[in-house]
Amino acid sequence: MSEGSKVYGILLEFEDPQNLVVACRKVRDAGYTRWDAHTPFPIHGMDAAMGIRGTRLPLLILAGGLTGLALALLMQWWMNAVDYPFLISGKPLFGLPANIPVTFELTVLFAALTTFFGMWGLNGMPRLYHPVFKSARFRRATADRFFIVIESDDPLYQTEGTSDFAASLGAVAVEELED
Amino acid sequence: MSSPDLRPPIDPLDNTSDDPTQPTTLVLGGHDFTSVTDTVASIAENPNPPRAWYIAFAVTASMTAMLFAMIAYLIVTGVGVWGLNNPVGWGWAIVNFVFWVGIGHAGTLISAILFLLRQRWRTSINRFAEAMTIFAVICAGIFPAIHVGRIWVVWWLFPIPNYQLVWPNFRSPLLWDVFAVGTYMTVSLLFWYTGMVPDLATLRDRAQTKTRAIIFGILALGWRGSHRHWHRYEKAYLILAGLATPLVLSVHSVVSFDFAVAQLPGWHTTIFPPYFVAGAIFSGFSMVGTLLVPARKWFGLKEFITLHHLENMNKIILATGSMVGFAYATEFFIAWYGGNPAESFAFVNRAFGPYAWAYWIMVSCNVIAPQFFWSKRVRTNTVAMWILYIFVNIGMWFERFVITVTSLSRDFLPSSWGYYSPTIVDILTFVGSFGLFFMLVLLFIRFLPMLAMAEVKTVMPVAHVSGESKPIGDYHGDIHILPKAPKEAT
Repeated sequence: MSEGSKVYGILLEFEDPQNLVVACRKVRDAGYTRWDAHTPFPIHGMDAAMGIRGTRLPLLILAGGLTGLALALLMQWWMNAVDYPFLISGKPLFGLPANIPVTFELTVLFAALTTFFGMWGLNGMPRLYHPVFKSARFRRATADRFFIVIESDDPLYQTEGTSDFAASLGAVAVEELED
Repeated sequence: MSSPDLRPPIDPLDNTSDDPTQPTTLVLGGHDFTSVTDTVASIAENPNPPRAWYIAFAVTASMTAMLFAMIAYLIVTGVGVWGLNNPVGWGWAIVNFVFWVGIGHAGTLISAILFLLRQRWRTSINRFAEAMTIFAVICAGIFPAIHVGRIWVVWWLFPIPNYQLVWPNFRSPLLWDVFAVGTYMTVSLLFWYTGMVPDLATLRDRAQTKTRAIIFGILALGWRGSHRHWHRYEKAYLILAGLATPLVLSVHSVVSFDFAVAQLPGWHTTIFPPYFVAGAIFSGFSMVGTLLVPARKWFGLKEFITLHHLENMNKIILATGSMVGFAYATEFFIAWYGGNPAESFAFVNRAFGPYAWAYWIMVSCNVIAPQFFWSKRVRTNTVAMWILYIFVNIGMWFERFVITVTSLSRDFLPSSWGYYSPTIVDILTFVGSFGLFFMLVLLFIRFLPMLAMAEVKTVMPVAHVSGESKPIGDYHGDIHILPKAPKEAT
């Protein structure tokens, strides 16, 4: 490694999920905060092993759904009872039962759109470039290998100390990532 | 001379079980993560698909061209090119619409409802079924759009200001349909795409050419398997499933309101919403099976889409087919018990009137055919089940034909009765919609991962980490106990 280029962090490769989870607990307990695990599929128990807190996504979705509900009722009331009173077969201009289907559909639609855009937004995506993509080894993160990345921005990160710590985690390969 | 061994040979690909309390192996053939990725991704990466693919694509693309030619002819000439006339003003266009929307129900049912019910076998078939849903809804959407007659004002269906300053009538089931099918299409698409992003990232990372790397790079949104992302991803997926579950039940209910809210004998019944939903699931699973049985054979996926998967689908077809049969019987009972002469006539007319031939095709295909699935030998025989799927596909089209046409052709006033027949344009348009459907399926198989690789990996025994005392192997059940860590800020 050259001292001149900025180091993004250190990449650890594991061959199976069991070793990864054990290593993640050690990284968590060592007090690192700016680090991540990369796996081809979600592994149960990783949230606890990494100390990930719950996401606020459900609250956003609730807000999205309620917005859809309110907009749908307002739209149907304004369009059929106010802006152009639409009298058909003597039915009330605004009767809740007849307006429920559209209200339901728009509630679901807004909630689903919030879920989709909210999840990708909170994950910071789309983001087509990332330092980990420079590693040829990392290409297997979406197939059959398991990785931990400890970022150099982490307050506990020291060039020597973190390398020694990483070596103790049982990774099959350790690599330094350039930014 | 020793007596021959009469026991059937043990088939390594037969993982069906008669004991539902025991876990079933969902991925056979001793696969590991590497071989799962290779097997599935290589189908979408093969630069030279088999010749049969090209032949099938040529045939279905020609049929699609015929569909658009028929639509062009319809628009240029008018709806008179169809067999519609008084008293039957709703013909094949509506029948085909309900038929395709119904087929489109299986995908979201498999992805959402089976996900919430923790039916882990869904992982091998959900991607394919969701794709099929989207293609079926595309086919369905064509028919109401073109049947309005003046297609250039079809945007009046949406609440968009127009020069007449009139808004859509929100108390009409036909408008509810626009919102229901539109929402269903959107949510199905979001669900499908969200589920596919990790697999698109796999294709990006395996890309051998620059073009593939760029296309899949953009489609994968920069996915890198981060566990902080997986955490929100799984939450979002669960909530999307929760949202899609009432949605899938609502869509065919709303479609049935098109009929049930009308005053016509044979349509004006409260049984329609549940009966339509059961029929939709029934027809959707049959279409999934019609496509999966050949696909798993041709693309070497028997170890992923196992007999256990197919048997489970056949059990659902048996259950929903029996519900449909029960609904037919209930309709007749209520027609008699309700004491309304117009209603009882409508049902006697269905079974013994001029369209009796269609009615009995429907009953044979939908009520009698699925009953063969009581036999395990039929449920696990791919040829037998495929033949039964075809019967169900035919029967469910005839169900919509019987409902739509018999009631319209003979309503309250005998002097206005008539007999409806389709024209060649009707027939070619419907045949063309199959071309579009199969063409889209072929393109999907050719270019996108047809099995949810990331999800299949989670149901493999090696994927599971269950605390230090039990290292690996316990993959059934969803309890994964880990020592609770104090939650920290991240």
